[in-house]
Amino acid sequence: MSYDAAIIGAGHNGLVAACYLARAGLKVVVVEKNDWIGGAAVSRELYPGFTYSNCSYVCSLFRPEIMRDLELPKHGLQVLPYEGGAVFTRDGGYLATFRDHEANRRELMRHSPRDAEAYDRYSRDVMRHCRFIRPLLLRTPPDPATFRPRDIAELAWLGRKVGEMSEGQICDMIRFWTMSISDFLDEYFESPVIKAYLAVSAIIGTALGPMSPGSAYVLLHHYMGDVDGNVGAWGFARGGMGAITQALTASLRAAGGEVRTGAGVEKVLVANGRATGLRLEGGEEIAARRVLSNMDVKRTFLKHVDTAELPPAFVKRVETFKSRGSSGKLNIALDAAPHFPALPDGAPMLKGDLHFTDSVERMERAYDDWKAGHFSRDPFQDTMIPTMIDPTMAPPGKHFMSCFIQYAPPKIEGRDWTDADRDAFGQTVIDQIAEYSPGFKDRILHMEVRTPRELEAEVGLTDGNIFQGELTFDQLLFNRPVPGYAQYKTPIRDLWLCGSSAHPGGGVMGAPGRNAASEILRDLRAKTEMRQAYAVV
Amino acid sequence: MPSYDTIIIGGGTNGLACAARLAKAGKRALVLEAAERAGGGATGAALAPDLAPMPLAHLLTTLDPRVLDGMELERHGLSYAATGLTTTALSPTGDHLVLEGPAGAGLSGTIDDAGRAAWEALRRRLMSFAEALAPFRAVTPPRIARKAGNDNLKLARIGLGLRRLGQDEFREFLRMALINIADVLEDEIADDRLRGLVAFDAVLGAWLGPRSPNSLILYLNRLAGEAAGTRAALALPRGGMGAVADAMARSAEAAGVTLRTGARVGRVLIEEDRACGVILADGEEIRAGLVVSAIGPKATFLDLVGARHLDTGFVRRATNIRARGGAAKLHLALKGAPDFRGADPATRLVIAPDIASVEEAFNATKYGEVPERPVMEIVLPKAHEREAGGGHVLSAIVQFAPHAPRAGLDEARRRMLANTLEVLETYAPGIGGLITHSELLMPQDIEARYGMAGGNWHHAELSVEQMLFLRPFAEVAQYATPVAGLWLAGAGSHPGGGVSGAAGWNAAERILSGVAA
Repeated sequence: MSYDAAIIGAGHNGLVAACYLARAGLKVVVVEKNDWIGGAAVSRELYPGFTYSNCSYVCSLFRPEIMRDLELPKHGLQVLPYEGGAVFTRDGGYLATFRDHEANRRELMRHSPRDAEAYDRYSRDVMRHCRFIRPLLLRTPPDPATFRPRDIAELAWLGRKVGEMSEGQICDMIRFWTMSISDFLDEYFESPVIKAYLAVSAIIGTALGPMSPGSAYVLLHHYMGDVDGNVGAWGFARGGMGAITQALTASLRAAGGEVRTGAGVEKVLVANGRATGLRLEGGEEIAARRVLSNMDVKRTFLKHVDTAELPPAFVKRVETFKSRGSSGKLNIALDAAPHFPALPDGAPMLKGDLHFTDSVERMERAYDDWKAGHFSRDPFQDTMIPTMIDPTMAPPGKHFMSCFIQYAPPKIEGRDWTDADRDAFGQTVIDQIAEYSPGFKDRILHMEVRTPRELEAEVGLTDGNIFQGELTFDQLLFNRPVPGYAQYKTPIRDLWLCGSSAHPGGGVMGAPGRNAASEILRDLRAKTEMRQAYAVV
Repeated sequence: MPSYDTIIIGGGTNGLACAARLAKAGKRALVLEAAERAGGGATGAALAPDLAPMPLAHLLTTLDPRVLDGMELERHGLSYAATGLTTTALSPTGDHLVLEGPAGAGLSGTIDDAGRAAWEALRRRLMSFAEALAPFRAVTPPRIARKAGNDNLKLARIGLGLRRLGQDEFREFLRMALINIADVLEDEIADDRLRGLVAFDAVLGAWLGPRSPNSLILYLNRLAGEAAGTRAALALPRGGMGAVADAMARSAEAAGVTLRTGARVGRVLIEEDRACGVILADGEEIRAGLVVSAIGPKATFLDLVGARHLDTGFVRRATNIRARGGAAKLHLALKGAPDFRGADPATRLVIAPDIASVEEAFNATKYGEVPERPVMEIVLPKAHEREAGGGHVLSAIVQFAPHAPRAGLDEARRRMLANTLEVLETYAPGIGGLITHSELLMPQDIEARYGMAGGNWHHAELSVEQMLFLRPFAEVAQYATPVAGLWLAGAGSHPGGGVSGAAGWNAAERILSGVAA
């Protein structure tokens, strides 16, 4: 049996690409090494009665265009916006955050009237940068090193977009892309806790600290999403993040596509410089006209393709592609809601993200530990209790808590993580929460601790990088993942990349999957038209 | 009383270069220098009466060739004690790595063939990028605004130069433009001494660590500089860096420039939104149709002009110019020649054993703390002199030092000196016993002595978001300011500081091009 397209990896991008191709009439199959679907957008029951969002934990970046095209709400996806959250300060106070701009502004006023003023200017400026970059997400980056009409036309389009702004706005944008979030926030704000709160989105998932140049761009990357048209807002997928991949699977099946789990790929079959199918771990071969890899670029080419088939310069760039993991995760089943004495009873803040890092300096020091090859002694955490909004994820009265932790290096002082390292890492996080929530430890029923090692082993993310490759300029846009191969094509004909290693990068966004599919369909149309042209001749 | 048509505020290298260029074009230029001697960072005080003065800058790395030739500096007394200076990457065990020729064209020391080949390949690539970027240093940065008076021909030529690298190298350039130096070194180079040295050179004078993105381009900027006519080379003037300052002052005066030292400008005189002279700190008023500020942009706008002459957005951008100095300057008088475990003293000695040492030294600075083990560049001027006699001195740029130390300036200076001497002792055992005088200038000391904001010798940090058309910020990137008749010409403008004169020369060219300010 032969397929038009075989897709490696049933993560969200693989499924998105599969859906678009299936809807275009191609016969597709998605193969997944795990016994479950979802990649890093997954919900699993690891403790009876509790649904964990094991990896990714909130939803915002997923492109609304894809949601519409693939009719995901019809297939069961529901996104529940959450209100805001709180940053706990070491002096026993807190900064609350709200989705509503005015409410947020009032709370900022409590900490610094000057910062509350600046917040309006800040929001306006950041949103302007967002508006520029959002349309680029669903476009294939142009290659500035060629003179192909398509690339020149795309560059010209970009030039026109830039030209719509004033000189001051263009310069502000270039500064914003290249500077550190710490420097950027210093230009607006004075309150350490406000700056700490706003710096969060600039470090999540990256191997950068808030004082690293380029971190402001990462903030933008996290601000590009929206929930129900509310730009920059975040929400929970009802039933955990796996609900997204479940809906995608349903949409794929409705379009006639297949998904096979427990089917790990051993090798991409290549003959005469073109991909012809897959060989699974058991030895079974699947013939396909084209292969899409939703694995990261390193895993794809260094583990599942014979490097003799690739140009040496390409192999070298893949080897040096940076995908250092920087984060870990604790998933906790709680007997009861945690109590935080700093917050008023029944505070709505518990329904959002909870942070315990009240200054940019503490975040940066946490990053210094990572650079030195340790997990942070005083880590940053983005902690959520989704069951506050979505009761389907835990038994009544009980809660599921997701703690996203930074920083955790891919290796500890150059050696692999051990179970003891992992446990010490988990303990550090628990201790930090317990400082602000006495009795917290007694409420823990079950806990899953994940370091970059576990992320790589289960999800397949090389070195545990959640974006399938760091988001620095040398690995963004036309440089992602390898200069000259940023348009989803690879040096092997009919082998395509559709994962987050490709433009525009990670997050549960779906854009790389959609873009890859549209490149394939474009390619297909071109070939078909050419054949027709020949037929006429 | 003589009358001038142009006043240049600040008699540092940029002020002098700008004045000389303007005078050659027929302007009657007056340079006002607050210190008792012109030359800015190329000048310094002596540690002891029988010792040579110790300038802030201790090596020539980026003297603009237009300034060297246009001011005929060699005719006015500049000569070299050493050109094509060698660098020694010091090892605490004496296993030094020696880099000869510009940017280490040749390596000697214990390094295998693969290591040599890797360095040659990386160096060749970076030098080709630097070569393509070098012409940028000598143009007025373009502005995006319409009718900006961009020099499109020159800019197109530079763009073409980059494109001529060929498709593969152009792609590499685009990939590496904003990369961090540490990743590049870890990918390409195996030798820790070499990694440490290049990491150190990339962030010398910057407020960045080698793991900070955008650090590679600072290394390219360094490679693009020239000394004594050779790209990426290092030179030591005979008589020290003060000789450059003196030659520039003599050349300027020979061109008709009037140089007044000990004349601190209090503010720029503005009438009907036009700069028409200056008022000195002692109240003296000097009028001229053109005022050029070669001091820092922040001080120029916020202190000399004043917020009331500028609009709010402009004041905010001027306030937001970042100028954090991260380098301290160490001067030691020594009873005898120090021995760096056999290293040739007539080379530039660098203590930066690996990337982590540079990064960790920067870590402390981020929080206003003093690093435990700073990294440094050492020059032993005495080793370059043929005549015997006189005492030994050691000059070192020590990184990183906090520009706003939390422990207070005196305490931080004390710790910085102690930590620096401790590192030195590891590399040159017994050096501590040779010291007769010592002086360590923290960034705040440098600011007080030289007037450089934050003690940063670029007046405004050299970083991608403050480079080219963003230097010091877009509206004033072309040397003209919103105040008619007032221009910028200092290190805070493109292409930045160092003993170079490029910014001053560029500003003079721009002024002479007839574009209105």
